[in-house]
Amino acid sequence: MKFGVVVFPGSNCDYDAYMVAKSVVRQEVEFLWHQDTSLHNCDCIILPGGFSYGDYLRTGAIARFSPIMKKVIEFAKDGGMVAGICNGFQILLESGLLPGAMLRNTSLRFICKFVQLKVENKDTPFTNMCNQGQVLRIPIAHTDGNYFIPEEGLKQLLENDQIVFRYCDERGNITPAANPNGSLDNIAGICNRAKTILGMMPHPERASEIILGSEDGKYVFRSIVNFFNPGR
Amino acid sequence: MNSKATSSTEPEVTLDLVKQHGLNEEEYEMIVKILNRKPTYTELGIFSVMWSEHCSYKNSIAILKTFPRDGASLLAKAGEENAGAVDIGNGQAIIFKIESHNHPSAVEPYQGAATGVGGIMRDIFTMGARPIACLDSLRFGNLSSPRVRYLFDGVVRGIGDYGNCFGVPTVAGEVYFDESYTGNPLVNAMCIGVVKVDQIARAKAEGEGNPVLLVGASTGRDGIHGVTFASEEISEKSEQRRPSVQIGDPFMEKLLMEATLEIIKEDLIVGIQDLGGAGLTCATSETAARGKSGIEIDISLVPVREENLIPYEIMLSESQERMLVIAKKGYEKKVQEIFHKWGLNSVIIGQVTDDRMLRVKNAGKVVAEIPAASLVLGGGAPVYIREKRKPKYLEDANRFNPSELEVPPDFDSVLLKLLGSPNLASKKWVYEQYDTMVRTATVVGPGSDAAVLRLRKTNQAIATSTDCNGRYCYLNPRMGGRIAVAEAARNVVCSGAKPLAITNCLNFGNPYDPEVYWTFTECVAGMSEACRTFETPVTGGNVSFYNEDPQRIVYPTPVVGMIGLIEDLKHVTTMWFKEEGDLIVLLGENREELGASEYLKVIYNLVKGETPELDLHKEKGVQDACLEMIRNGWIKSAHDCSEGGIAAALAESCISSPNRLGAKIRLGDKIRADALLFGETQSRIIVTVKPEHWSDLEKIAQKHQIPFSVLGKVEGHNLNIEGWIDLPVSKLAEVYESAIDRIMEKKVEAVRK
Repeated sequence: MKFGVVVFPGSNCDYDAYMVAKSVVRQEVEFLWHQDTSLHNCDCIILPGGFSYGDYLRTGAIARFSPIMKKVIEFAKDGGMVAGICNGFQILLESGLLPGAMLRNTSLRFICKFVQLKVENKDTPFTNMCNQGQVLRIPIAHTDGNYFIPEEGLKQLLENDQIVFRYCDERGNITPAANPNGSLDNIAGICNRAKTILGMMPHPERASEIILGSEDGKYVFRSIVNFFNPGR
Repeated sequence: MNSKATSSTEPEVTLDLVKQHGLNEEEYEMIVKILNRKPTYTELGIFSVMWSEHCSYKNSIAILKTFPRDGASLLAKAGEENAGAVDIGNGQAIIFKIESHNHPSAVEPYQGAATGVGGIMRDIFTMGARPIACLDSLRFGNLSSPRVRYLFDGVVRGIGDYGNCFGVPTVAGEVYFDESYTGNPLVNAMCIGVVKVDQIARAKAEGEGNPVLLVGASTGRDGIHGVTFASEEISEKSEQRRPSVQIGDPFMEKLLMEATLEIIKEDLIVGIQDLGGAGLTCATSETAARGKSGIEIDISLVPVREENLIPYEIMLSESQERMLVIAKKGYEKKVQEIFHKWGLNSVIIGQVTDDRMLRVKNAGKVVAEIPAASLVLGGGAPVYIREKRKPKYLEDANRFNPSELEVPPDFDSVLLKLLGSPNLASKKWVYEQYDTMVRTATVVGPGSDAAVLRLRKTNQAIATSTDCNGRYCYLNPRMGGRIAVAEAARNVVCSGAKPLAITNCLNFGNPYDPEVYWTFTECVAGMSEACRTFETPVTGGNVSFYNEDPQRIVYPTPVVGMIGLIEDLKHVTTMWFKEEGDLIVLLGENREELGASEYLKVIYNLVKGETPELDLHKEKGVQDACLEMIRNGWIKSAHDCSEGGIAAALAESCISSPNRLGAKIRLGDKIRADALLFGETQSRIIVTVKPEHWSDLEKIAQKHQIPFSVLGKVEGHNLNIEGWIDLPVSKLAEVYESAIDRIMEKKVEAVRK
């Protein structure tokens, strides 16, 4: 399979995602420039973390208008796989590919640290290598990661099993103390109804090698690869 | 929009105006002699910024030249380029430097700190290196003051927002709090980059007719006379200097870096220099002087963001995120295409000449014409050696008799008080606001002795640390200087690295004060001695004088930024305890030294006594032994003993262990208990090993002739120091980790309640 990592001006986790795709899960991978109008036959598009267009105005608000996003939106609506990490998640929300919005963290500060995530739905192309309820140790790094969605929307997320990750403690308990940013219902990652589009605030690409303190992020990448090449 | 030539008449150059520019009569006479005429207003501005302390190092350069600056692996020596360059083998070099942004941060903490980070990163990528890490060494007054909390909060946000957006991990540094820094905080930013040896870009203008381009952001009125501001004390009037503080745009800087690295990689240029202090003036005159060439520019071509800028303002503006590029003739179009791709300005504003003059035109009319070399350090800029005198305060401050102090009855509470004091407490509140992991090279982040960054495509890593204890330097500047270097070296050794080289940021008061100048020269002497011992040459850095507010002078604070090389990732070592049953071993010895300690300050509010003695030979032995033990694969944790002494060091190794492991310790030394527990004797490292390696360690210790003793073992979940301390690690951790948070987030807590 082939990953495509979009490079917006201001993306800064593009290289990290690229390296995991290439060197850790050893797949074909290509950078996609924001002015490009082709996805170069990529199977899974990654919208990486960073500060696209400086995130001036509002996080992700400008990126959604870039030429490449027009193609990504078409691709996603056709059932193509897209994973948005951090700023990428914010862009997916701004593009309307995923529901909800991001508020400032309750601390009103940037927060960078390792957190625990509970896998709430293992039946997605992004989590099929995980166990249901498994606890992953993956870092966050953001100022606007306080996920919000109105009651009706939350109901739909729950009904359709769209909540993929929740912040939890070491034992997998979903507690207020384990919630680093104030996200509604401790939500850390969601997908669309078809389970083909994932948005998550934590950075799996930063936790895919043991030397960096955790390999748990590799589950996300390996699940994607497994989805395309089952049993590999 | 392009600047329009203004017809407004420029002020006449008078002696008063000269003095307002921070130049004295003698210096003005030198200018007249150089030009053989009176300078124009623009020329006066140019001389004043280039001959400011900040750019010319006029009061420090003679002393700086006494630093050891040679080493086999140095690719660029101090002062030759924008930053130092060290060859690490494999065709790669490390580029690194530290710089101050104290004065801007004193007035506008957020932008002051942000542009400090931006400025030092430009120094690194202008040499063709991609920044891989930033460090920040910070000093503030007492956190009980709301103004100090405002400065601390703003500086941390400024550093975070700039580095986080740019996409460089901020991995280490220090934060100290002391009244001496109340009105004049210190904000020293360090950046480390990696470059292929054959792709290091040089900061010089050569080759007559080569086009000179100004690239990046447009030019405005921000930051005019930033360098002159940096060359005076902080006073009530400093608030008026707010316009001298630059405004940062990390997004623009990120684009500027990508474009810059691309033109260097494509081999399209002969030279490049960033526009930092003294803006266009400094970049043109320094590149021309280095290349033994001249530069001619027309400032009417400079893209500006405001109307009616006069030549003086354009030459002195310190608008951020700009670079001066000297392209190879014929390749300028290619350069411009690359900048266009990244959405950035790139305008040809002039060319290299062979007459060694800096010639500035405004729409064809010459407004300044100065021999380039006369402006720069090492050329015509003045050099002074100031009067020095041993400070009076020392006699009283060094006089201290510990026997007048009672030994406290309860050491549990003393330890808790120390761990909860802002200087010793965890700096989590600070570093969790920094992105410490972006670019996935951070093997050890903040919170151990040094940060460790892997080098891709190799099995090597870089360890880095900044260190300086201002109180030590205040009480004994020579010893304090030595210790700053020794502790930085000890920290990288504890992480498994061999110390390679240092950069430094020398923060002092007004150099015209003989007592300040004495402490400055003594600190430099002490650092030099230590650098020679550890064979870590000084590759460059920065001097910041005039760090005073109306009430006080900052402690002499010569911050050391050390880099070391870890030959094999297997050698990476952290400070936390790993496994129950491991032996805890002390390399070095405990002595009765209470002077200058955090203990005296926190418990008795005393800044007294002698700075701990540092014997360089002993120190080298301890470090060499530790590194050899690590390389042999025996060491499971290593942590240096510094502020708070052996008790604090042990507590830190317990608290930082993921399972909050405890320790059972017995200290047999026959010295006063508080000195034994909290004294800050130097040249001590606490390591843990499996019991079976004890005899191996002993052999190495004997070989290096260092004292060596077993303190106890890793056990349970209490820190137990027999006879004195017995506390659950969870309790220590709670106090240690929440101390700064509690001070800074009071409001938030109130709301939550």
